Amino acid sequence: MDFALSQDQKLMQASLAGTLDRACPLERVRAFAENREVVATDVWTALTDLGVPGLLIPEEHGGLGLAVLDAALVAETLGAHVAPTPFLGSAVLAPLAILAAGTAQQQSRWLPALAAGEILAGAAIAEGISGARDGAGVRAEAGRLTGKALFAFDAEQAGVILVADTDGGLWLVAGDAPGLALTPLTNIDLTRRLSELRFDATPADALAQGDIPPLLTRLRDVAWTLLAADMLGASEVMIAKAVAYAKERRQFGRVIGSFQAVKHLCAEMAAELEPCRALVWYAAYAQDAAPAEASLTAAHAKAHLSEVSRFVARTATEVHGGMGITDLLGLHYWFKRVGADRQWLGGPERVRHLAAVIQGLVAA
Amino acid sequence: MDLAYGPEYQAFEAEVSAFLEANRDRWPPAVGATREQVLAWQKTLIANGYAARTIPKAYGGYGAEVDILKSRIIAEAFTRAAAPGGLAGQGINMLVPTLLDVGTEEQKQRWIASTLAGETVWCQGYSEPGAGSDLASLRTHAVEDGDDFLINGQKIWTSTAKQADMIFCLVRTEPAAPKHAGISYLIFSMSTPGIEVRPLKTMTGAAEFNEVFFTDVRVPRSQIVGGRGEGWRVANTTLKHERGMLGDPNAAESRLAAIIAMMRAETVGGERLIDNPVLRDRLMQLQARVLAMKFNGLRLITSQLADESPGLAALIVKLQGCEINHQLAAMAIDVLGELGVLYEDSPHLRDHGVWQHRYMFDLGLIIGGGTAQIQKNIISERGLGMPREPKTVEG
Repeated sequence: MDFALSQDQKLMQASLAGTLDRACPLERVRAFAENREVVATDVWTALTDLGVPGLLIPEEHGGLGLAVLDAALVAETLGAHVAPTPFLGSAVLAPLAILAAGTAQQQSRWLPALAAGEILAGAAIAEGISGARDGAGVRAEAGRLTGKALFAFDAEQAGVILVADTDGGLWLVAGDAPGLALTPLTNIDLTRRLSELRFDATPADALAQGDIPPLLTRLRDVAWTLLAADMLGASEVMIAKAVAYAKERRQFGRVIGSFQAVKHLCAEMAAELEPCRALVWYAAYAQDAAPAEASLTAAHAKAHLSEVSRFVARTATEVHGGMGITDLLGLHYWFKRVGADRQWLGGPERVRHLAAVIQGLVAA
Repeated sequence: MDLAYGPEYQAFEAEVSAFLEANRDRWPPAVGATREQVLAWQKTLIANGYAARTIPKAYGGYGAEVDILKSRIIAEAFTRAAAPGGLAGQGINMLVPTLLDVGTEEQKQRWIASTLAGETVWCQGYSEPGAGSDLASLRTHAVEDGDDFLINGQKIWTSTAKQADMIFCLVRTEPAAPKHAGISYLIFSMSTPGIEVRPLKTMTGAAEFNEVFFTDVRVPRSQIVGGRGEGWRVANTTLKHERGMLGDPNAAESRLAAIIAMMRAETVGGERLIDNPVLRDRLMQLQARVLAMKFNGLRLITSQLADESPGLAALIVKLQGCEINHQLAAMAIDVLGELGVLYEDSPHLRDHGVWQHRYMFDLGLIIGGGTAQIQKNIISERGLGMPREPKTVEG
């Protein structure tokens, strides 16, 4: 039994962190957010050099062929850097769906291009997971899609978009398909892009030929796990920033970090977050290695990290005093990042309800 | 990351389960076991390596190599089978490891085997009315008198003092030294003249603790563990063992399972409690916390195996583990509602009233063994590198 990261995983994470320190410092994040950029091509190119877009794509299609645990380590590092990337859509959801349910032709058409970072992919699957809002829903008829999907990840500038219809079918739609209209949805989190897609008899390529609900379940579980990992990384940084500030800032002739009132806030954040690391590791490991536990541990990781990261975001802001709420400090980028992760693909109350359903405590 | 046990460990797992099954008729009953039954079972467990596993044979243990995985497999198998484990308590969990670390050969020979066998019961004399979180300010003192120490003072929060044959006790022997350097660790018989034990009744209604008074208690100087003035260092060895004991994630997991079973079985107004969405949401929040601590435990085992410092992952165990156990008790009471406040021998009582007892007793565990506030000092200072509170003049 070995519950730890391998040497390779530690090296990969360190090298990714080093790349992001250079390619994606806070100033770069700020520019992306303030200029409402759609894709930070420079950042994505730097990540492409490390193989991030092809992380989950098998080597035969030009990827690295790694596992969800590796993707979780990447997500944690991206969260720590509040990195503006189309990671979830391009590197995770679309490739996993195409791999699991695509024909050989679909795989060879899309996977090498995705792995090489030549095209981006989006994913419009929220309704099938967190439920439809504002009349959303996509109907499929004779290879054409009609209706609307909200909260699509990374769909702007995507070459291909993964779409779930209301019957649980999965489709691939070209980014420039006729009858597809896209409206950006401005989030509090300006580091990642969401949009609303409208389909009007839009031609689509049927994807899932086989057993469809389990595939959507797998996409959901992996996405939940990676959103949890993103919150883990963002929360670690918020704690580190709060601790560093408390060791520097002086009031009443002492650094404020020597007051127990402040120390205990920091200890509480650390005590809540530290077990989350093991929870995220386990959930990510389970996605590939322990299928029977994959859904439940993913749900708990998503819901629990949502609660802990909200507590950390609020507390770390308070430790910074008035500085905490300024734009200048920039802590708000992490604060908003975990705020978005919390709601995406289901807030904690909904996810906990599903956690009870998953283990058969109640009916869906 | 690989959570499977290899073939050697799978075989070991099967061996432990087979042992438990084959010896089922020797298990002491959960309620009303006699002392003979308990001691006989302890003897069987030691002989088979399921208690005192890594303690040398020469001191009455089983003498196996330290193997954290095997220890874990044993604990899991006992939990799964709901089998009674080996004896626990302050003698076995705290004194024995301390003697192994710093005791003289004579002390090891004299005390470890009889303690493991359950023949010698110990209590711990650390806290005093004026020395709780600031334990090093303790004032019970021992003055040299010929070959003996003469002890005067008072201890408090001494569990099992009534039953104990022996006490391990912190006393001030060097009054002129700085407070941490003036303490010694003595072991002596509870039947020594001059010792008075007064039960300390708590909010549970039971006297789980005692006060112990010392008046001219005469103890041979040879009964010191470590040297004179070394008591603080010796005691810290012991406290480390206690904190691990208090944050046990296995207990939380089986309590959670009991609550889930209760929520599926109990109804109110014909509705199953598990069908109440508010209670169920709370249950799921707790389940996430219990799982996170369980996986944190796996991580700690791996870092122990690799001989790496576990850092924060270990420092948070006492704080989080005790908090979660207390929240589990609170949840069980709320699930039971009016049935949850029944107590003692009331009709309709559930689970012998254990949840109310735990709700009150476990609050004591949040305070004992280093309060939650002291734990937060430890986490922030040792885990996060934050500065200590500046000392006041008299401290």
